[in-house]
Amino acid sequence: MSSTVQATSSRPGWLSSVGLRKLLRDRPIIPLVVLLLALVTVLEVLQPGIVNERWISNTVKFAIPLAILAAAQTLTMLTGGIDLSVGVVATMTAFVMATQVAFMDLAIAIPLALTCAALAGLASGIGVGVFRVHPLIMTLAVALVVEGLLLVYQRLVLGSSVDLPEAITWLGAGRSFGNIPNALLVFIPIALFMGLLLRRTGFGRLLYAIGDNEGATRLAGVRYWQVIIVLYILAAVLAGIGGLLYVGLIKANTLSLAVPLVLPSVAAAVIGGTSIFGGRGGYSGTIVGAILLQVIATMLLVLEVPEGTRRVVFGLIILAVTAAYTRITEER
Amino acid sequence: MSATSAPAAGSLGMSPSGSALARFVRRNSWVLALWILLGAMLAFTVAIQPGWGAPQLVILAIAALPYAFATAGQAMAVIIGGIDLSVAAMMTLTSVTAAVLMEGQGEEFGIVAVAATLLLGLGLGTVNGLSVVLTRVPDIVVTLSFFFIWEGAALLILDAPGGSASTWLRDLIIGPVGGFVVPAEVGAWLPKALLLLVVSLGVVWIPLKRSRLGLWMYAVGSDRLAAFRSGVPVDRTRVAAYALCGLFAAMGGLILTMNTGVGTPIQGPYLMASVAAVVLGGVSLAGGRGGLVGPIVAVFILRLARQDLTLLSIDPNVAQVVEGLIMVSVVLVGALVALRSRRS
Repeated sequence: MSSTVQATSSRPGWLSSVGLRKLLRDRPIIPLVVLLLALVTVLEVLQPGIVNERWISNTVKFAIPLAILAAAQTLTMLTGGIDLSVGVVATMTAFVMATQVAFMDLAIAIPLALTCAALAGLASGIGVGVFRVHPLIMTLAVALVVEGLLLVYQRLVLGSSVDLPEAITWLGAGRSFGNIPNALLVFIPIALFMGLLLRRTGFGRLLYAIGDNEGATRLAGVRYWQVIIVLYILAAVLAGIGGLLYVGLIKANTLSLAVPLVLPSVAAAVIGGTSIFGGRGGYSGTIVGAILLQVIATMLLVLEVPEGTRRVVFGLIILAVTAAYTRITEER
Repeated sequence: MSATSAPAAGSLGMSPSGSALARFVRRNSWVLALWILLGAMLAFTVAIQPGWGAPQLVILAIAALPYAFATAGQAMAVIIGGIDLSVAAMMTLTSVTAAVLMEGQGEEFGIVAVAATLLLGLGLGTVNGLSVVLTRVPDIVVTLSFFFIWEGAALLILDAPGGSASTWLRDLIIGPVGGFVVPAEVGAWLPKALLLLVVSLGVVWIPLKRSRLGLWMYAVGSDRLAAFRSGVPVDRTRVAAYALCGLFAAMGGLILTMNTGVGTPIQGPYLMASVAAVVLGGVSLAGGRGGLVGPIVAVFILRLARQDLTLLSIDPNVAQVVEGLIMVSVVLVGALVALRSRRS
């Protein structure tokens, strides 16, 4: 194993230039943007004229909910964790909002729904932070319980109307000033918040520190469990916001709404350069990762390949991008 | 830890059999606790449903089969410190392949189809393992990619449920063993599905556990660097573990085809369930610990819990909540036990 590692680091070739490697490692967003532009070019070649304002607007619109779920994933992955409950939590938030809005004002229904999300996050956080259950297991288990609760809840509210409030569809699917998606109103503050949180606050630094060396942070006096609980609550609330936007975009309030977004949200964060082992990464890469996945999805749609081939290609691309990425950024 | 081992070492000279027993209990305490839990749950089941007997046992065994194979495969990947998120996708792919192979063929061809499917499973697992080793991307990401790839491949083979299964294969898991070889009274209580499970897992796992590869798997799982420095072929061992995972997944896929008589290109709930059962079964997600008996007992515990909830005529939706809560509490208790043993 170590022999192959040495071989790569001393291998002559296009990556042997130390400066270039360092640039790619420190600024992972550069190769990603290059890849994104290359894919867009291929798309334009495949179907000339497809890349226009309208298309860009659509791509961004669909990438936003994914990027918000991937924000939850990025935060948890920085500590070496993962949150597999984002899909169910997002779905639950949207469903609770849509069913409760018949009885109350939207301004109350949304906080109520997000509180439910925060409770799910609290459960995950207690499991991971206090009982030290593996995050993968804990969030899976929470997802299972929340899904069951949602099914029970659905039967209780069966009669009530599930019409989506106009404000939600306006935010999720609407555009203003020509082709600017309204969802950006939610997304830009979230992106700024993520950037500030990770770069400028003590909490953000603690996330990196825990992911880098948990034992050392503990010895340094960090209350691990408090950080983890806050982290998972934050992740769940982000997932909830993503769910609210997604239901506005899809306009179908089903119980499997955001579940298909779980694995892509992991993929977006991983492609964006966040290490699944923790301690390295950031949100800007994740955003590009989410857009990248959306462009790939369009491309496969344009090619009119069968559903099976689409999934195969999707999987191969995640593998290829992360493999290339691992080679570029490998520090040893 | 030292407190418990001192008296055991002291009694070594006096009664070797006693200390061997004590050591066995200590080493397998988690699995023993699972057996006791399973026993208690069986007693509870009989208590709430006095009519519970051999036929229900057969139903339980058949329901548990695909979960058991998925869990066995997952255990292989987790023992070496990895994880295989593509296990359910591999089951789907092998299941549709088997169903398509057997469609319109004679009964004898079933054997060829079974062999081909098992080989396919080994191949899929090997591809997973090679990708993990060669790309040096984390296991979880690689197998996540293959989750999509194998699922897509299954959809390409069959875009809707179809194919068929040989009749003798379907008979292999239905009903009890009956008066064949064993006395009829015993045979009635021995589901064919359970026998098939024990034989298929035993044929692979028992020789493996005694072989050098088995030792290597645990070595790689507990400390990869130490294993490498002691001359363990780390990469080959990891590929082999993923290949074995593929093999067990293929067995699970065959079971799916045998169960329904068709191949369905949609993934069942086996991925989440396999991870849960592996953890509940005492295999540490950090790797290097646990075996196959614990996870399989865990599968039966989880399935029996489901059956009990149905027997209690609890709304299936509430049953899912209860099942999830059981899983959460077991995992929490397990984590707490692990935490205590680490501290002392």
